[in-house]
Amino acid sequence: MYDFSYHKPGSVADAVKMLGADGEAKALAGGMTFIPVLKQRLNKPSAVVDLSAAGLSGIKLEGDKLIIGAMTTHATVASSPEVKKAIPALAHLANNIGDRQVRSRGTIGGSLANNDPSACYPSAVLALGATIHTNQRKVAADDYFQGMFATALEPGEIITAVEFPMAERAAYAKFPNPASRYAMVGVFVAKTAKGVRVAVTGAGQNGVFRHAAMEAALSTSFTPDAIKSVTTPADMMNADIHGSAAYRAHLVGVMAARAVAAA
Amino acid sequence: MPQISLTVNGKPASAEVESRTLLVELLREKLHLTGTHVGCDTSQCGACVVEVDGKSVKSCTMLAVQAAGAHVTTIEGLASADGKLHPMQEMFREHHALQCGYCTPGMVMSAIDLVNSHPDGLSEEQIRHGLEGNICRCTGYHNIVKAIHAAWFVMHGKEMPIAAE
Ligand SMILES: Cc1cc2nc3c(=O)[nH]c(=O)nc-3n(C[C@H](O)[C@H](O)[C@H](O)COP(=O)(O)OP(=O)(O)OC[C@H]3O[C@@H](n4cnc5c(N)ncnc54)[C@H](O)[C@@H]3O)c2cc1C
Ligand code: FES
Ligand code: FES
Repeated sequence: MYDFSYHKPGSVADAVKMLGADGEAKALAGGMTFIPVLKQRLNKPSAVVDLSAAGLSGIKLEGDKLIIGAMTTHATVASSPEVKKAIPALAHLANNIGDRQVRSRGTIGGSLANNDPSACYPSAVLALGATIHTNQRKVAADDYFQGMFATALEPGEIITAVEFPMAERAAYAKFPNPASRYAMVGVFVAKTAKGVRVAVTGAGQNGVFRHAAMEAALSTSFTPDAIKSVTTPADMMNADIHGSAAYRAHLVGVMAARAVAAA
Repeated sequence: MPQISLTVNGKPASAEVESRTLLVELLREKLHLTGTHVGCDTSQCGACVVEVDGKSVKSCTMLAVQAAGAHVTTIEGLASADGKLHPMQEMFREHHALQCGYCTPGMVMSAIDLVNSHPDGLSEEQIRHGLEGNICRCTGYHNIVKAIHAAWFVMHGKEMPIAAE
């Protein structure tokens, strides 16, 4: 790891100032991705700005909105009575991210800022039509994810919270890579006031995506049978040592049916 | 270089570290607590698990500066001063839950966090799910699961039902 200077600002405003003043400075959340990246010398920040004291963790229910602070850990989301009450599928998703120690430190904000193509949260955020709050604006999920590891965040912009609408029905089904637990394929299905949405992670060449054909079929009938004949084009799928494109395309259908059955 | 202070195994500790120094490097190389192991250094194996402010974490994936002011417990901090083992260590011994012992410090630290956070009971399934971050190349896990199951009863002061085995 290259050395850097370490800062732990006490507010979002100070963190934004530090990141803005130095183009080579980077934010640190749970470090579950960032520290391994630093160890591999894939990134050489001049300064690391630890967000843990900036007041960004916490969960609250506000009317028909569930708001989760960016620094809230996966373990906290998994065990939160508010999340279990409002959107149990989200607590279930958080409880199956990585392993217990990853869940002790990894955060929802870090996961979304990173937008790993096999991460779990992006599928929930996209399927539920959540809104990402940053230090300067609010971004709809549809505008936020812009391909593998790419997001709408500007340099130095900090995610402060994620706002989820209530869901009538929702579930996440993941086929985990048995070693890392990241999604080989993960499908989040949701029925909210805005209709039915299906988001797929782990599988697509451009990261998380919405499955229009499944959304149409499930809008007519929200049953596993309704999507039995819906296919997923293999040429959009990722292929690697863990699975071919055709295998992943098939898994999308299997995981979607399981998610619908569980929702 | 940053100077940090923290509490390690109940005693105050302070050291000069670099910003990039990992918590596991602070523990092993500066504080000479070599019971915490490094198995992979890629956040996968759990040999480096320690407790930080009551939660089990991978000390190879945390900066020492992030632990400033924290209470850290390592495998060396479990037995009492007279050498009496912690119930989890005792159950690992009793149930033959280790062979080469490389994974054991991390396993024990994860297991204690798991037992402490499940006061109402801990099923085999919950134990296996809770150990996903700890890899053992020797035992096949079965005796580790048994040891943790038994330690749950000891740590929560309950009688263990007699198994039919
Ligand atoms: C062994 C292992 C298994 C895992 N398995 C899974 C899995 O099954 N599913 C899954 O979804 N994930 C998995 N993860 C990833 C993990 O869940 C973390 O969510 C993820 O690593 C990023 O979150 P973090 O809080 O650790 O962020 P960090 O690693 O600290 O940061 C990641 C990136 O985001 C930036 N960043 C962080 N917070 C903010 C913010 N608030 N605003 C702007 N930018 C920010 C940082 O600058 C950095 O570039 C796994 C990780 C490990 C090590
Ligand atoms: S050495 Fe830390 S997880 Fe393997
Ligand atoms: S006892 Fe050898 S790795 Fe677990």
